Amino acid sequence: MLGYALRRVLSAIPIALIAVSVCFFILRLAPGGPFDGERALPPLVLANLRAHYSLDQPLVVQYFIYIWRLLHGDLGPSMVIEGFSVSRLIAIGFPFTLTLALTAFVIATAIGLLAGMVAAVNQNKWPDYVLVLAVMIGVIIPNFLMAALLQLWFGVHLGWFPAGGWVTGSWMHLVLPVTVLAWPHAARISRLMRGSMIEILGTNYVRTARSKGLGERLVLARHAIKPALIPVVSYLGPGLSYLLTGSLAVEQIFGLPGIGKYFVTAALNRDYGIVLGTTILYMFIILALNLIVDLVYAWLDPKVRYR
Amino acid sequence: MAGITGKDAVLTDYANRLATLEAPKGRSLTQDALRRLSNNKAAVVSIVVLALIVIIAFVGPYFVPWTYSQVDWTAIRKPPDFDKGHFFGTDQNGRDMLARVLQGTQMSLIVAGVATVVSVAIGVVYGAVAGYFGGRVDAVMMRIVDIMYALPYILFVIILVVMFGRNPVLLFVGIGAIEWLTMARIVRGQTLTLKEKEFVEAARAGGAKPWTIITRHIVPNLTGPVVIYATLTVPEIIIAESFLSYLGLGVQEPQTSLGTLISFGAPVAEVLPWMLMAPAGVLITMLLCLTYIGDGLRDALDPKDR
Amino acid sequence: MSNTVLTVEDLSVTFALHGSEVHAVRDMNFTLTEGEILAVVGESGSGKSQAFLSIMGLLAKNGRVTGNAMLGDVNLVGMDKVKLDAYRGKDIAMIFQDPMTSLNPSLRVRTQLSEVLVKHRGFDKEKAVLAAIEMLERVGIPEPAKRSNAFPHELSGGMRQRVMIAMALLCQPKILIADEPTTALDVTVQAQMLDLFKSLTEDFGTALVLITHDLGVVAGIADRMMVMYGGRAVEKGKVDDLFYDPKHPYTLGLLHSTPHIAHRAARLDPIQGLPPSLEHLPKGCSFNPRCAFRFERCLAERPPLAPAGEGREKACFYEGELNYEKVA
Repeated sequence: MLGYALRRVLSAIPIALIAVSVCFFILRLAPGGPFDGERALPPLVLANLRAHYSLDQPLVVQYFIYIWRLLHGDLGPSMVIEGFSVSRLIAIGFPFTLTLALTAFVIATAIGLLAGMVAAVNQNKWPDYVLVLAVMIGVIIPNFLMAALLQLWFGVHLGWFPAGGWVTGSWMHLVLPVTVLAWPHAARISRLMRGSMIEILGTNYVRTARSKGLGERLVLARHAIKPALIPVVSYLGPGLSYLLTGSLAVEQIFGLPGIGKYFVTAALNRDYGIVLGTTILYMFIILALNLIVDLVYAWLDPKVRYR
Repeated sequence: MAGITGKDAVLTDYANRLATLEAPKGRSLTQDALRRLSNNKAAVVSIVVLALIVIIAFVGPYFVPWTYSQVDWTAIRKPPDFDKGHFFGTDQNGRDMLARVLQGTQMSLIVAGVATVVSVAIGVVYGAVAGYFGGRVDAVMMRIVDIMYALPYILFVIILVVMFGRNPVLLFVGIGAIEWLTMARIVRGQTLTLKEKEFVEAARAGGAKPWTIITRHIVPNLTGPVVIYATLTVPEIIIAESFLSYLGLGVQEPQTSLGTLISFGAPVAEVLPWMLMAPAGVLITMLLCLTYIGDGLRDALDPKDR
Repeated sequence: MSNTVLTVEDLSVTFALHGSEVHAVRDMNFTLTEGEILAVVGESGSGKSQAFLSIMGLLAKNGRVTGNAMLGDVNLVGMDKVKLDAYRGKDIAMIFQDPMTSLNPSLRVRTQLSEVLVKHRGFDKEKAVLAAIEMLERVGIPEPAKRSNAFPHELSGGMRQRVMIAMALLCQPKILIADEPTTALDVTVQAQMLDLFKSLTEDFGTALVLITHDLGVVAGIADRMMVMYGGRAVEKGKVDDLFYDPKHPYTLGLLHSTPHIAHRAARLDPIQGLPPSLEHLPKGCSFNPRCAFRFERCLAERPPLAPAGEGREKACFYEGELNYEKVA
């Protein structure tokens, strides 16, 4: 198991490096730069700015400067928001984004697993139909529309929760954003869990477990749930990364102080530093998540370890 | 957004089925699936509704008294008014909502179409080349796909927006350009099996060049997965487009798309509900239909699933 | 030696399918005495597995069972699942056809064995594991302590079936139902497995129901046999009687389609035609389309299972001598 983990970690390193390079060059080769504002800057100022951010160097040199800094954990300066390093902006915004995404992740995964199991055990009875409807709504309605509808109904019409904005420490402000984020995730988890659980409940080994007279509860808890989790677990990694990226949008919609606000603005202003920094951060998170998923997978499905 | 339709799973399954069958049987498998699809009421209704939406979106504007950018100074922020021909009401600028919804739907459909064609084209060619040449070429090309899978999708779209600026066509070519990964994987797998088949061997023995073999003999045999892939990609792209437009990164005024309309309608929905209801209704209906079609296809291909 | 452990009366199993009802098993009757080995023989689809799955409460959701299956003085049929769990695995255990898929791939062998003792005997975990290891040794698994730590996929097919047997015998059940226990195994392993069954059931006094389509297996170990066709028992009796003097044409056909090394026939004679679909059973005797001895009555009327000589029954109107030449 340990050897397997080590191999997986080592193989992730070159992928990370290449992906960083891809992002760097795509972004830099794109036309336009951070200083093509509405008003043209005086040439001398522009030259100074470019020199300050090493933009006057050849691209390859810039690349190595960037990588060198990255290896030291420095994501470079922001080019539009003066005096802020990208690392600092991330330090300000990311904890909030992470909190939002993780809250949604935990709630949605718990609800999704439970709902999926209940639906599988009650296949084609009313709990199953209720779930199918909830899943449909969650999967079909895009997050921005869902956000708008929830804001309208629960925020403006009923006035139960604030429709947007943020007051430090107020969980009321998080209810609607977390709902918007969590719903589609819970929907997918429950759909996967339902399908996988139905399949497992029909396997020979569950029949064997039943034939042993273990009682339905033990049959489910010990024999069915663990193997049923396998396809779900492989979705959890991508799921969390969807939530983290989805969180960017939800923050923007609800006016929450996460990294999303900076990111969208930065993209509009062609602020290479922030866009690249955020992308790299996300990429590392996604790679790390994939790694964790693989390891959990190996634990759930012992056969994987020996490949 | 990628994966709302679970297209990876569906396609892999279907491709595996195709791969285990002989060539002529593969065709009857597709026919079989079509027959099952036509027995699926929800899917058939969805296809009809979707077809109606498409036709109305493209033909409708010719029958509507107003155009999408025309301003009616006598009717600003007005609810539906049948006398003046504002069947869906007007927006804050006095433009007819019905005309705008039609134009927006049209735009969303065009975008989805363009992006899907782009992604299918890239995916098929990339996958077929990787699969046909195999060996080191294949290893490197598939490694690249793995790497791209690791990139955060939405961030990548936004980077592309930065790259392509506000040119909508280029932008959506860009969206299509990231949606091809799954297709490439499936096509590669298929090609690996196809290239061992006798007819490919025969072509090779006859001195055909690799490119000819790929385009004449391999790609035509991939029609099934490609059609399914395209169906499943459309809703993803519609959502991506409307999301970008919602953030203000997509289609620009006076042109509009469903996402743009929703983003304008949402803040004022309390007082001008018709501005949100019409575009949201069309968007949800379209996504619902596409989901049912996708589900129908999956069930048609894997009858034991239900 | 003649205590009855299981009495099955009028057992019928139906499945709801495409809005209609399919009868998988009809009016099955038999008794099982302590320590005996009963073989249930038939082609696939003859209902032999479904009958016993229904007794174990393991029918698919669309299945329905009527009749009685008396274990002592309790009726297992129609019993609440929770109550049934007090008997399943303890007094009546089952082994399934495919040892590859019948063990849980994500749990260690140890866990899957010991849980039976924890549940039915109230052992604590450690004691249960020790007892499980002992049973693994008893069924002939080398290095049982080490193997008990393995996951099923680390064991060979034969080993897995031994684990299944050990699992079924842990509580020394009165009845063991083995559904095609050797079909998925190599021929060499099959013989070992049959020896194991024989010796274990003797040691524990367990009655064994051996569901099989392989008459070779039956000849090796069974005391009595019941031949099933189209959901019904068509002939019952001692194995020797049925083998040397079959009285139902179907039994005769089965015997002649089984290869014998001893008297190597020039060719095998499979029974003509296909097993019937349970959805569309022919009128009269279900076997009539494939029967060489049929006459008008067989087409109109279904023969009941009636006594035919000492300790045997058959469901056939034909009273003449079953002449094999006529079949061939």
